[in-house]
Amino acid sequence: MAFAAFSTTTAPSTDPVARRRSPVALFLLLPGILYLVLFFLTPLVSLLLTSFQAPREFGDIGQYDYAFRWQNYVEVVTTYWPHIVRSFSYALAATFFALLISYPLAYFIGVKARRWPLLQSLMLVLVIAPFFISFLLRTLAWKQLFSDESFVVQSLKALSLLGPEAHVTGTAFSVIFGLTYNFIPFMTLPLYTTLERLDVRYLEAGNDLYASPFQVFRKVTIPLSMPGIVAGTLLTFIPAAGDYINASRDFLGGTGTQMMGNVIEANFLVLQNYPTAAALSIILMTVILVIVSIYVKRSGTEELL
Amino acid sequence: MTVGAFADRGADLELVGIEKRFPGFTAIENLNLTIPAGSFFALLGPSGCGKTTTLRLVAGLEEPTSGRILIGGADVTNQKSFQRPVNTVFQSYALFPHMTVLENVAFGLRRRKIGDPVAKAHEALLLVELDHLAHRKPQQLSGGQQQRVALARAIVNRPALLLLDEPLGALDLKLRRQMQLELKTIQEEVGLTFLHVTHDQEEAMTMADTVAVMNKGRIEQMGEPQQLYELPKTAFVANFLGQSNLFTGPVVSTTSTAIAVEVSGQKIVVPLGRAHRVSGEVTIGVRPEKLTLHAQAPIHDAGRNVVGPGRVIDVSFSGVSTQYLVAVPGVGTLVVFAQNMAFGPAAHVGAQVWLSWNVDHGFGLDDDPADAPRFEADLDTKTIARQRRSSLITELEGA
Repeated sequence: MAFAAFSTTTAPSTDPVARRRSPVALFLLLPGILYLVLFFLTPLVSLLLTSFQAPREFGDIGQYDYAFRWQNYVEVVTTYWPHIVRSFSYALAATFFALLISYPLAYFIGVKARRWPLLQSLMLVLVIAPFFISFLLRTLAWKQLFSDESFVVQSLKALSLLGPEAHVTGTAFSVIFGLTYNFIPFMTLPLYTTLERLDVRYLEAGNDLYASPFQVFRKVTIPLSMPGIVAGTLLTFIPAAGDYINASRDFLGGTGTQMMGNVIEANFLVLQNYPTAAALSIILMTVILVIVSIYVKRSGTEELL
Repeated sequence: MTVGAFADRGADLELVGIEKRFPGFTAIENLNLTIPAGSFFALLGPSGCGKTTTLRLVAGLEEPTSGRILIGGADVTNQKSFQRPVNTVFQSYALFPHMTVLENVAFGLRRRKIGDPVAKAHEALLLVELDHLAHRKPQQLSGGQQQRVALARAIVNRPALLLLDEPLGALDLKLRRQMQLELKTIQEEVGLTFLHVTHDQEEAMTMADTVAVMNKGRIEQMGEPQQLYELPKTAFVANFLGQSNLFTGPVVSTTSTAIAVEVSGQKIVVPLGRAHRVSGEVTIGVRPEKLTLHAQAPIHDAGRNVVGPGRVIDVSFSGVSTQYLVAVPGVGTLVVFAQNMAFGPAAHVGAQVWLSWNVDHGFGLDDDPADAPRFEADLDTKTIARQRRSSLITELEGA
């Protein structure tokens, strides 16, 4: 994933090159195609079929038959629509905050720190350093920091910034905080790779052409760093929408902050309600796909910003 | 500044005591310069002489270590570059890659909220004959076309002061000439002030009203191109602006109109009015095209200086003229440009020749020969290669 972060998702399409169909190319692609068919396409079809399954008549809990029970989807949406809405709003908020924090950071490392290569590498290492510790551990650590007995919460209560009965864990704040925290490196790295190549002479030209620093940022810097913004937001938004660790009761979440990932997990593993879990997964995937394709298409045009 | 309206005329540019130090070196030291409104001013010098830094200081892209910059009488030293009534044609073009050619040209107009930016941008593109490519992206254009877009993007704003950083470098000769004329026309039409930075002496001389030759962060000499060429003040100017034959020697006699300098036993006379130093060791010079070749020692003439005899060591034909290199014992190697008035060269390699020139064509430099390095022939790469070859041949023959 970290390596994927360095690639640009919206690489400019090159001139149409006449495609040559060569048996060698096909042969070289074969392992990849086989892998995808076996480990992506097959589970996907299986998931789709499961989502339409009906409970076996007089069967035990967790016994289902293949059917075309489309009502599963209606039931899922009517039951779990708060979780669906919550998932995407949390993911959106986390993406927004991660961008807000990462952009200045990436700009500093990629543009301002160019004169000091040592500082540049040091800061990059610091951005990547959290990867050396499992994100489960790091999230647990945050849980400790935010727990009711923690120094942070006690101090806030002592200062009356928090009410005596208030909690930090289990709130929307702590879940969004955890998501933002966990995905900042995925936002920073692609932003850094585009900003690092930003030619400051364009900014000088903008200044020379009567654009104030803010206008230069809006009209020149942002459009030129669009590939990084798109890559970073996608790398944050997609996994954040499906995340089930941060919102889990064992970590930073509570009963009122459950996201789709938690519901899917519960239905699959606890309730053994496989069709519901499958339908939720399909809905999650489809919504992400639709949002992302609209986003990529829109951001490809220069008029976006 | 006049945001929202075009400058109706050029503005004076005044640099007062400008100094620019970067960590480790001084790019510009104590630069004082006044460029009158409406003039076409060229800053000429080799790379690293501080000319581009000067331009960036005027544009507001660098801050001077000390000194003041005034445009049209107003102190702009503390103004940011976007507040200054100045536009730059960058050497790297710096066209925005995410905008079309048209949007690039309209960028400055939009920022200043000038009415009908699209129509004005089209006009500017017509001027540089690129209107048919208005909807392309810059990277789809050739280098020369990009340069013309950069030019259009700057002049469309009609700035009081236009800065040009080697703007014609990537153009081929024909287009270059055309753009030179175009620039000159625009400049005269609108009366804008142009500050042109270049290392191309020919470009500087053909386009500019005033040329300043810059070297090591200082202006060596400033003046009209012809004056600079005919009466250079320093050895640097004498050799950077065209070629020169320079001689060093003591002044042996002075009359009311001229000084005589002894160069290895031969007396060379320079008019007093054309000599910057009149006593002691001096360096004097003469332009190669002012020299005449003689096959025999010329009859003594008070109006002409004679040097010789020497031997022709190289003849190179360049169409309009022929360049001779003549080695004169005790004096050095002299360069002679002779117009090809007849077929064939006037002298062949190895021939013994004398050189003469009109006394009025000589000039005396201001440099102190003691601290200026002794003159060495202004060698272009061709000459160096040729000398290498001949020295190699002699070496091989000796072995």
